[in-house]
Amino acid sequence: MTAYFKEIISGTWSLFVGLGITIVYFFKPVVTLQYPHETLPMTPRYRGHIDLVWDEVRGTNKCIVCNGCMKACPSNCITLAGEKAEGGKGKVLTQYTLDFTKCSLCGLCVEVCPTEALDFSKEYNLAGFDEKDYVFDLLKRLEAKHS
Amino acid sequence: MFFIDAELIRLLAFVLGVIGFVALNAAYLVWLERKEAGHIQRRIGPKEVGPFGLLQPLADALKLMTKNLITPDGVDPILFKIAPILVMVPAIMSFVTLPFSDTLVARNLDVGLLAVFAFASINVLGLLLGAWGSRNKYAVISAARVVSQNVAYEIPMLVIIVTLVMITGTLNLHEIVTLQTGGFWHWNVLKFSASPLMPVAFIIFFICMLAETNRAPFDMAEAESELVAGAFTEYPGMGFGVFFMGEYANIVVGTSLATILFLGGWDCPLGLFPGVHWFLIKMYALIFVVIWIRWTYPRTTFYGLLNLSWKILIPVAFFNLILTSAMLKVF
Repeated sequence: MTAYFKEIISGTWSLFVGLGITIVYFFKPVVTLQYPHETLPMTPRYRGHIDLVWDEVRGTNKCIVCNGCMKACPSNCITLAGEKAEGGKGKVLTQYTLDFTKCSLCGLCVEVCPTEALDFSKEYNLAGFDEKDYVFDLLKRLEAKHS
Repeated sequence: MFFIDAELIRLLAFVLGVIGFVALNAAYLVWLERKEAGHIQRRIGPKEVGPFGLLQPLADALKLMTKNLITPDGVDPILFKIAPILVMVPAIMSFVTLPFSDTLVARNLDVGLLAVFAFASINVLGLLLGAWGSRNKYAVISAARVVSQNVAYEIPMLVIIVTLVMITGTLNLHEIVTLQTGGFWHWNVLKFSASPLMPVAFIIFFICMLAETNRAPFDMAEAESELVAGAFTEYPGMGFGVFFMGEYANIVVGTSLATILFLGGWDCPLGLFPGVHWFLIKMYALIFVVIWIRWTYPRTTFYGLLNLSWKILIPVAFFNLILTSAMLKVF
């Protein structure tokens, strides 16, 4: 009989304890980030898709068209083309496309590059309706950023 | 000259007012529920549609109304269509006799309390018919649970009501409130001269009210993790919407009744400025608690639910009844 009353009292008490916990949480500030309206600062080592690096001294990209990245890529998603530089030695980059639908973000292209012409971008808002939206022309991106 | 009876205008005003009040509450309690649930889980809740998400109920209603009203194969077409109405209409009917303030009452019936309980019991019938008419095994299981749950919880509730009627000596809701006016120490919840267990009686009434309106933690009718959506499984679009609104309308009726019976209706706690605003403040405070409880406790098991009623609530309610009658006889 005492166990019966004890259970009623301890049970009721535990219910009020539960209510106390939730009401405390009710008045605590919200912790969710309202993503499209606000974003967290980007971490410096974030690895998005690759991007060409701007050479401040020469005022162009750093690529020497060695094709190292194209050969290193395990997914075959990099295509690049170059032509003989006018009046000098070496080659100039004319086209650099990245097929991001195949890219696995392994970063081997960035590691293999002898002139550090490649880097990871901080792009992550990458939703789209078409496969073609993900074939990036990186040379055009670089020029758009520095024009 | 065309003559309109003043009584007719009054009646029309009350019909429109009550339907408007119920519809507005049904819509905005959903918003309140989602906001409160959000903040308890440290989220924001609806915020995109209108300022503070205040237009969210309109968007929801629009979405439900654009949906096709399918009547599935094999359902009983009459029962299937009549069930949502049977849940919604009694809730609105109960407002006929609920007094909001000293003067704001549609019809002050002498058996008002009885009328409210008579209407409230139709709610279960609506769920039962809807579930049976759906011809869905989950719906039928849900209906069986709801009926046994409501039978179990109507007993302690009515025993508490009998106790209350013994104290007040009337079934007229207006008179019950009038007897409690003059400050919070006159309210039935603190009427220790009648029975020292009155706060317990209030808690029992509140628990039974939660069970009768099928609110969590007693939402056996719509145990979504076990029974898909229980009695509402086969209902598309606005058929489901009406059930949903009926649930919130029933919560409004239940909390209004708790306010009238135990918390002094429109009476101010300190005896100053009584009026309809006090009624609404108390009612919405109780609704806040109802939602707070839903987002605190998980759903009980079915056996736990029936054990609570038959082993704890009913004995305590009967003990309170005997104690009250003894105290009324002695003092």
